[in-house]
Amino acid sequence: MRKLIPGVDAQLLVKDAARLMPDPMRRNFLRGAASLGALTFLTGCDIIDTDAAEGVLRRISEFNDAAQAAIFSPTKLAPVYPESAITRPFPFNAYYDEDEAPVVDGATYKLEVSGLVDNKKPWTLDELYALPQVSQITRHVCVEGWSAIGSWQGAQLSEFLKRIGADTRAKYVWFKCAEGYTNTIDMPTALHPQTQMTFKFDNKILPRAYGFPMKIRMPTKLGYKNPKYVVAMEVTNTDRGGYWENQGYNWFGGQ
Amino acid sequence: MTAEAMIASPGATAIHPAWVRITHWVNAIAILVMIGSGWQIYNASPLFDFNFPKSIALGGWLGGAIQWHFAAMWLLVVNGLVYLTLGLVTGRFRRKLLPIYPSQVLADAKAALTFKLPHDDLTHYNAVQKTLYAGVILCGLVVVLSGLAIWKPVQFQELTTLFGGYDIARYVHFFAMAAIVGFLVVHVALAVLVPKSLRAMVTGR
Repeated sequence: MRKLIPGVDAQLLVKDAARLMPDPMRRNFLRGAASLGALTFLTGCDIIDTDAAEGVLRRISEFNDAAQAAIFSPTKLAPVYPESAITRPFPFNAYYDEDEAPVVDGATYKLEVSGLVDNKKPWTLDELYALPQVSQITRHVCVEGWSAIGSWQGAQLSEFLKRIGADTRAKYVWFKCAEGYTNTIDMPTALHPQTQMTFKFDNKILPRAYGFPMKIRMPTKLGYKNPKYVVAMEVTNTDRGGYWENQGYNWFGGQ
Repeated sequence: MTAEAMIASPGATAIHPAWVRITHWVNAIAILVMIGSGWQIYNASPLFDFNFPKSIALGGWLGGAIQWHFAAMWLLVVNGLVYLTLGLVTGRFRRKLLPIYPSQVLADAKAALTFKLPHDDLTHYNAVQKTLYAGVILCGLVVVLSGLAIWKPVQFQELTTLFGGYDIARYVHFFAMAAIVGFLVVHVALAVLVPKSLRAMVTGR
């Protein structure tokens, strides 16, 4: 590692700086540094400054957001499958164990709506269930590589956005989840016909493991862009990032 | 290899033109980053009963590896397109890699394994070299196309279908990588055994 300040050990400096970061970020930062060590080993020369390399990679990832937005077709539908293709049991997946998944009380649940919308009245589950319902059997692709086919029922997000008088010229829709997970998506994806406010899995009320009472299902995006246990949404022009995106996962996360 | 070709001085003209050397080394960097980060991505959801050791995987964690993979992808594809275009336009592929006769491949493979294959003229590829070089170009095409198929199984769904669907495309991507790694092992070993071939790829002579 390059000497940043004469007389100061660069390794210790990085460790000190990392101590100031929140836990998950710190872990990733140090792991990233270790991987750069591997590249140094591969190329046989120490040409890469850790911070500079991470900055460059982040900028290329942003360029890839733009590339994916350009590739994204607002009308192209994700392939749909027959019921026989559904993966059973459909995997539970989160950054916590299944028994740590949030428990949301459906009776008192209210979906908070905010931002660039005409009507900010919160929505009860009964009101949400009364929206026109659609169904899809599509492939959930995880950023890790595995995939599973699931069956989801709920309301089109575009229909909901229309009903609350959302300004669909806004750039983003931001979601907040019961356990603190957050997610920002682009408006074209929010308006995609298969983007769904999901209340049921396989025609049964969404179980806790799959995001009761509501998940946002987007078959055009990777799993981490499909938030579960959604309790609030905001229509906004400010990119508020997301749980994984802030740690380095690609922001667009399209497929 | 003909006697004339063996006698002809290899120093008369550059063995490898500059565009071959430049694209070769850019590709070397791109492919090493792609393979190293690909191994880290593989570890997040292994297809087989093994993981790649962390010490040889790039990116530190899945998110870092994906950043490397989708950065080096541009380098690999842009450089690859330049290489393929020039290879076709200049006629180098046709001249150097074709024709490939199976009987000659077998004869040269036998000669190579008994260390009787001459390397005097680096401008001329023997049948085994032709097969390996043409084969690795093909693997490069397959690895990029199957990669696109698993990166964009909705937007490029026709391509994904062509590979037999998302799950099979993952295996295709893996085996194309494995073939390229296999090629690299032989390629690097032979470059070390015949150092002047390495020099030719650096200086052109």
